[in-house]
Amino acid sequence: MNMPSKSYSVTDSSPERLPENRGSALNIRVRNTLLWFRQPGALLSLPALLIFVAGFIGPLGLVVIYSLMPERSFAFNQLPTLENFVTIFQEGYYISYAWSVWLALVSTLILIVICWPVAYGLSRIFRRSMILTLLLVLPLFVSENVRLFGWVLTLLNHGILDGTTRTLFGWELPDMLYNAPVTVLGMVYVYLPFMLFPMSLGISMVPDACREAAFDMGATRWQVFKEVELPLAMPGIMIGCLLSFVLVLGSISEAKILGGQSIIMISHDIETAFTYAQNWPLGSALSTLLILLTAVLVIGLLSRLNLDNLLSRK
Amino acid sequence: MTESILELQNVEKYFGDFVAVERINLEVKKGEFFTIVGPSGSGKTTMIRMLVGMDKPSRGDILMSGERVNDVPANRRPTCMVFQSLALFPHKTVGENIEFPLKLRGETKNNRKTRAIQLLEQLHLTEAYYAKKVSECSGGEKQRVALARALAFDPEILFFDEPLSALDYRLRKTLEKELKDIQRQTGKTFVYITHSLEEAMVMSDRISIMRDGRIVQIGTPDEIYNKPANSFVAQFMGEVNQFNVTRQDDARFLDTDTQDTYVGPPDADLQSGVLIVRPERIQILAEGEAADTEIAGTVQNQYVLGSRVQYEVKVTKRSLLVETMIGDAWNVGESVRLGWNSDQAFLLAR
Repeated sequence: MNMPSKSYSVTDSSPERLPENRGSALNIRVRNTLLWFRQPGALLSLPALLIFVAGFIGPLGLVVIYSLMPERSFAFNQLPTLENFVTIFQEGYYISYAWSVWLALVSTLILIVICWPVAYGLSRIFRRSMILTLLLVLPLFVSENVRLFGWVLTLLNHGILDGTTRTLFGWELPDMLYNAPVTVLGMVYVYLPFMLFPMSLGISMVPDACREAAFDMGATRWQVFKEVELPLAMPGIMIGCLLSFVLVLGSISEAKILGGQSIIMISHDIETAFTYAQNWPLGSALSTLLILLTAVLVIGLLSRLNLDNLLSRK
Repeated sequence: MTESILELQNVEKYFGDFVAVERINLEVKKGEFFTIVGPSGSGKTTMIRMLVGMDKPSRGDILMSGERVNDVPANRRPTCMVFQSLALFPHKTVGENIEFPLKLRGETKNNRKTRAIQLLEQLHLTEAYYAKKVSECSGGEKQRVALARALAFDPEILFFDEPLSALDYRLRKTLEKELKDIQRQTGKTFVYITHSLEEAMVMSDRISIMRDGRIVQIGTPDEIYNKPANSFVAQFMGEVNQFNVTRQDDARFLDTDTQDTYVGPPDADLQSGVLIVRPERIQILAEGEAADTEIAGTVQNQYVLGSRVQYEVKVTKRSLLVETMIGDAWNVGESVRLGWNSDQAFLLAR
């Protein structure tokens, strides 16, 4: 800035300075980019960044591109079209979406209720004991399908449960497999750890003194829960909800193995489109919509959660 | 004689084999500022947890206004505690924190807010704090919010578990006095726990000193300072000069370590014990001045303590601590004559 302009008002001097500023803006941007690479860790992060782009962003981009290709084609150098999306809305795929979202919602709600007391005990009474944690994680070491078939054998007509009661008491149990409730049971069973551990972490973040202070000021057990424990454990609960909701939304085996095709979830439709139907563009379009749906729900939740705010508290 | 609001009768608490507190008998009067002082591990935290109802005594009774409250849980006692960590709710604003006990009682929103703002004012915080987050407050402000919340509860007895220990010296001094003022204004009974006798002296009407789960002495600050029950209490206040002595005749004592003789309090019944002289009670004698006990020595070190100066003076086989007002300049290496009168020293059991 030249000296005389200083004595005038700001509006007087700005027209003179503008072109000069524009010229240097590019320089500044280039310099800033170079400076960014000179930050500690910037270059070290490059390999991870490349893997992320090649392994995650890339395939995702391919799926989106495929969703815009004509039906039953395997090349993505054709003219983009929205016909797959039209098919989705015309052929009642929304039922599958609705089932997926509904089951994810129900499972997550059941998981919240079941996991709270377990997580509470885990973090407050057993103080996150290693053995107990290991026992709870152990089922994850066995393939999900194998565990689900275990349930099938148990609940099957003339299976372990029905067979036992028939032999011992002559009771005939009603059909338990191949319906919506048993599908939800499978989902709750499989995704329990994903709600339990974040939740117990959330509960262990509630300071003992806050709990005691509330109690000391006359709060009942319920009021301590409502006013202190629940809001302070909320980050953990939210993360648990997010994980289990997204996982159930994308799950396939529970509905197939336990639900026995009585319920068609969207992940099943996607699989069919890619495999039996050999219609990759339709499968991609279904996936893209699912990703969008998940993103809207998750981002909506995260923006309400404000993790930073909750975690940076002292 | 004012009525007693809190009474402990032979209270004991064990954790397995460990005796946390033993044979505690004390009485707190209504409207009193009562402080329990003890070093860490003396059982004072166990005491306060039993007093607020978070632990039950293993033996003995706790009476509040004459009624036994041993088995009454904390949420049904008319008492409230300010925690060491303050335990402010991080997810609530300052206002919501203060209103919390009122909300539990189902007070209307308007009443709650009026009371909260009234309390903020009483604790020298502006109305702007009402909507602030707890994390935006400084240490001293959080302290005031915690106190406001406890006052909103309107307890019959207000307990404090060393809430000032994390603050810097100056702020602590300010808050100590504010706390005393608030106690006077509200007329409530305050029971305060601290490890600092100095802090207790400033605020308390009466002080109880604990050691190893037992009460060593209960008395007014004046009694604690001038008539300590034993050398532990005497040392607790700060550095003291102590001599192991045996009585030679009525008021003369022989130092068993150095063979010096001192003039001590004539009325003490003990034949031997510890003779204690506080540093500020020893004078550096000018030419022509005399005292009951006189010792010659050399100034070895000088420490400025603010308004006072502490000298370490080497006498024959030991060194003594002497404190004077700042301005009396004695140089290191200078020869001085120390002296104290017999009523400035006290003889205590070992």
